[in-house]
Amino acid sequence: MTDTTANALHFQADHAHEHHHDADHKPAFFARWFMSTNHKDIGTLYLIFAIIAGIIGGTISGMMRMELAHPGIQYLNHWAGVVSPTDPAALHLWNVLITAHGLIMVFFMVMPAMIGGFGNWFVPIMIGAPDMAFPRMNNISFWLLIPAFSLLLGSTFVSGGTGNGAGTGWTVYAPLSTSGSAGPAVDMAILSLHLAGASSILGAINFITTIFNMRAPGMTLHKMPLFVWSVLVTAFLLLLALPVLAAAITMLLTDRNFGTTFYDAAGGGDPILYQHLFWFFGHPEVYIMILPGFGMISHIISTFSKKPVFGYLGMAYAMVAIGVVGFVVWAHHMYTTGLSVDTKMYFTAATMVIAVPTGIKIFSWIATMWGGSLSFKTPMVWALGFIFMFTVGGVTGVVLSNGGIDNYMQDTYYVVAHFHYVLSLGAVFSLFAGFYYWFPKMSGKMYNELLGQLHFWLFFIGVNVLFFPMHFLGLDGMPRRYPDYPDAFEKWNSVATHGYEIMAASMGIFFINLIWSLVAGKKAPDNPWGEGATTLEWTLSSPPPYHQFETLPKID
Amino acid sequence: MKTLKTMMLAFALAATPALAQEAAPAAPAAAAPAAAAAATPAKESFDYARPIATIGQPQPGSISIQPQVTAIGQDARWMHDAVLMPVITVISLFVLALLLWVMVRYRRAANPTPSRTSHNTVIEIIWTLVPVLILVVIAVPSIKLIAAQYSPPKADLTVKVVGHQWYWSYQYPDNGDFEVVSNILTDEQDKARGEPRLLGVDERMVVPAGKVIKIITTSDDVIHSFAVPAFWTKMDAVPGRLNETWFKVDRPGVYYGQCSELCGAKHAYMPIAVEVMEPARFAAWVKSKGGTLPGAKPTASEAIEAPAAPAPTATTPATPTPGAATPATTSQAATAQN
Repeated sequence: MTDTTANALHFQADHAHEHHHDADHKPAFFARWFMSTNHKDIGTLYLIFAIIAGIIGGTISGMMRMELAHPGIQYLNHWAGVVSPTDPAALHLWNVLITAHGLIMVFFMVMPAMIGGFGNWFVPIMIGAPDMAFPRMNNISFWLLIPAFSLLLGSTFVSGGTGNGAGTGWTVYAPLSTSGSAGPAVDMAILSLHLAGASSILGAINFITTIFNMRAPGMTLHKMPLFVWSVLVTAFLLLLALPVLAAAITMLLTDRNFGTTFYDAAGGGDPILYQHLFWFFGHPEVYIMILPGFGMISHIISTFSKKPVFGYLGMAYAMVAIGVVGFVVWAHHMYTTGLSVDTKMYFTAATMVIAVPTGIKIFSWIATMWGGSLSFKTPMVWALGFIFMFTVGGVTGVVLSNGGIDNYMQDTYYVVAHFHYVLSLGAVFSLFAGFYYWFPKMSGKMYNELLGQLHFWLFFIGVNVLFFPMHFLGLDGMPRRYPDYPDAFEKWNSVATHGYEIMAASMGIFFINLIWSLVAGKKAPDNPWGEGATTLEWTLSSPPPYHQFETLPKID
Repeated sequence: MKTLKTMMLAFALAATPALAQEAAPAAPAAAAPAAAAAATPAKESFDYARPIATIGQPQPGSISIQPQVTAIGQDARWMHDAVLMPVITVISLFVLALLLWVMVRYRRAANPTPSRTSHNTVIEIIWTLVPVLILVVIAVPSIKLIAAQYSPPKADLTVKVVGHQWYWSYQYPDNGDFEVVSNILTDEQDKARGEPRLLGVDERMVVPAGKVIKIITTSDDVIHSFAVPAFWTKMDAVPGRLNETWFKVDRPGVYYGQCSELCGAKHAYMPIAVEVMEPARFAAWVKSKGGTLPGAKPTASEAIEAPAAPAPTATTPATPTPGAATPATTSQAATAQN
């Protein structure tokens, strides 16, 4: 990783200079927050958006855990306003909840936070650029999310067939999403995905252009901080994957409304075509959700070990390899759709290959710490939690990659456990790690260390109690997306619900910490983490000036 | 399009009463054991087996894979329990141990001056190649397992499994093409019949023990998935496609599964119950359903002169019928099979 500490004085001299002029002049409230072209303000907007979406998505998972705590339907009928617990409207509500939870967490929480939030905030700063390449396009990327999210939330109030809302699952498989869901709800959800996808494509173009063209003199690709590398790879994945999703769901729309039969065998189409298209997007999508996290974790591990990242080039190219291989493994989500034997063998082998670059990353993080001088500040404990939890989620991925084993595991809670370990305990841990790491930089205030540690430990215990038993449920054969289950599954389901309660309590601590720190937090120094923090953002003030690097820094 | 949607709606409406859990189970066309009271040994219809709580269904508080009753399932479970689980446990514990070691050994108090090491080509090559070797060790039995799953012995009996919103039906093309419609029981009926809640059905899929059963799955509305964990069997039922899988179970008994692809509101309420019985009893069951036995009694396996080979597609309309609810059997059927 680039060590730019030597340049710090040079910049600080610059800012001191800036402050005397009007360079730090900020627009008035409305112009600043509603017509923003400033990458840091847009990043802040993205983070606020992601937190709000996370609260909604997390509340929905709480509703699901409440319902699943015990066998039988306890709440769905009340929430749906019907009497009978097995009224189809009540059961449809369940499908609406799982759909909304998935879509919100993927498209409106993790992606906006990682790429829109931290990417916007720190990619320009880390490469020594004054802003993104296309500031106004950056603005529209963010504001497209608002109608996108509104459409998704609005869809829950209109008919989706059996009841209100889109009950198709986040995968929106045809023909359940076409002939199986009358009413406008699914159309609204599809349009929501279109807008969110357009937002991400524009964002991806912006990041690629910025990273390729706006690096400070001397900042070669091989000196770029790993977080920038991770966002670059992610942006390419977005650029290549999202148009395929857009095409796939556009065909859903025309099948639904204009009489085409892309996914209808009765007219010469094929429902499985949709799954191929969806997962051609969907598998890169899971790397889109985790790669920026990889980048953040590298910085945090390095900072709190006071040691440069071990195997920098290996780390960068491992991410490139994950991105490339991630495009040729999609059908491992489709092992039970009737693939031919050769197809299944190919996808089994190709999927396993991903474990190799992932392993390189895990071991390089450990090697970064090896010989280091570790301090266990809040961002670091989240990063350590990330490494172990991501390993656990990764190895169950190796189990699932086996096409023959997947005949049992497909669509069971084992899969749910697996992807929550890599997402809820992987991506989300890296988000919290990054949030605590950069909070002083972004806000100019220190967070409360004790509350941060408490948040970590409660969250860590909570999500493990929540998700680890799901492996057991899956091994015992419990299918996913079920609002009710045979009584044999009660034990681990009720344990999981208790895990959710612990996790929810920890989030209370997070929000208390957030508000307390913003209001009464100690003023943050430019670099609160000491000599281990070597990237350019730590050479700026906390918070950084409204426009940074008006004189480009030189990287040695 | 409008007509299509209307038809769809009509279908949905027509289907609804049969699906309502509270309604009496829909009687199959062929036979009439409609009496929900066919609790234990029913006299007039057929003497179905009682399920055994320890096999063929989820176990309370279990932390492992359900007991397997097919050779494929036993192989696969062995691979999971004896190969994959030890490997992933060791890897996870290894990573955990390394983490704990660096956290203790290189904490700031113990190691105030960090090294500046950032490269070591040898170790980087090692941690690239060792995972490759581990994956090769996993891949060999994995590929073999897939090959075995796709190498069915000659089928003794073909059952066509059709998914509907929200119940299953089972067609027996080798036995006069009768159909069994299988609806979920209410909780009270489950209790009365000694069935596990949410898993009991009014009409089980019945197959002979010790025979190779070819399963053809399809659907007449949305995608469902036919799954029986104890057989290690899961195959999507896709409208317009015929997917094929197989199993051979020697042990008579009742085995449960549940629909495993999101198919709408009552996705959780279309269980699968397969009863495996001695061939002689199977023959009696076929007769009770008004079915026929090909050639002699199916007790002698050679008697079933494998009529299944080219036959299964013949049971569905050969041309796609324009209509929402009809599975179109087109040439794609071939692509769905290996």
